[in-house]
Amino acid sequence: MAFSRDEILEQVTEVMVDALGVDDDEVTLEATLMGDLGAESIDFLDVVFRLEKAFDIKIAREELFPADALMNDPSLVGEDQKLTEQGLALLKEKMPHTDLTEFEKNPDINKLGDLFTVGSIVNFVAARVS
Amino acid sequence: MRWIWIDKFVEFESGKRAAAIKNVSMAEEHLHDHFPGFPVMPEALMIEAMAQTSGILVGEARQFQEKVVLAKINKAVFFDFVRPGDSIRLDAVIETVAPEAAGTTGKITREGQLIAEIDLMFSHVDQNLAGIEFPKDNFVFDDNTFKSLLRDFLSQNKSNHAH
Repeated sequence: MAFSRDEILEQVTEVMVDALGVDDDEVTLEATLMGDLGAESIDFLDVVFRLEKAFDIKIAREELFPADALMNDPSLVGEDQKLTEQGLALLKEKMPHTDLTEFEKNPDINKLGDLFTVGSIVNFVAARVS
Repeated sequence: MRWIWIDKFVEFESGKRAAAIKNVSMAEEHLHDHFPGFPVMPEALMIEAMAQTSGILVGEARQFQEKVVLAKINKAVFFDFVRPGDSIRLDAVIETVAPEAAGTTGKITREGQLIAEIDLMFSHVDQNLAGIEFPKDNFVFDDNTFKSLLRDFLSQNKSNHAH
């Protein structure tokens, strides 16, 4: 099925409103799921389930939210809690739908949560349904 | 499960949907206080009844191997009081079941009249995204008492699983 970018944004907004109990005017492209919209870990699965239904796609968990796979590997995360070069390369490969320019300057894994914005999800879906 | 709050399953389609019955009785002591002179079933306990109905449905879908824990109440809307003497029917449907979690929708009715809509999410806690470890023992489905709720269906399901 083909969706225009506006249609995708509209559906993603509806998913966020239903899954996170937020108002639709809070769902901006820049809004972060955890910081701005208050998502917890179970909400990420809820979002994935709803996106799968809304767009009739299958999403492997690590595909949309690959951070968990990185966390526990010492070759990817240094002792300073920052991603190593290798870790950063892997993250870039796994998250092509997300702009990592800012994150690269200080790749602190505790800030990974901020990478999941409404915009990155719209990009992800757009890449999958086109 | 330590505390059973529904009486019996009356319909059960493995991995898809189920219906259970809960008979509400004045013998339930909390009704004497909720409220004095006006006993009504607490809405939180309607959610509990739906969580047990949906949770057992989700558990059975993985042969009770996963620790199924209520993780999120997506929706809980109530349309009428439930009083002693009422028999309520809880219909639960699995919308999604994945390795890590499951989502269900549910309706409570009394003689066909809609009482509540309750949508839930359950976590399979051993598969949680945070990688937290839980005790090996299955503390959710740890005894067979709850299986009496499925007395009309279990033998049938066993033969289904054998195929």
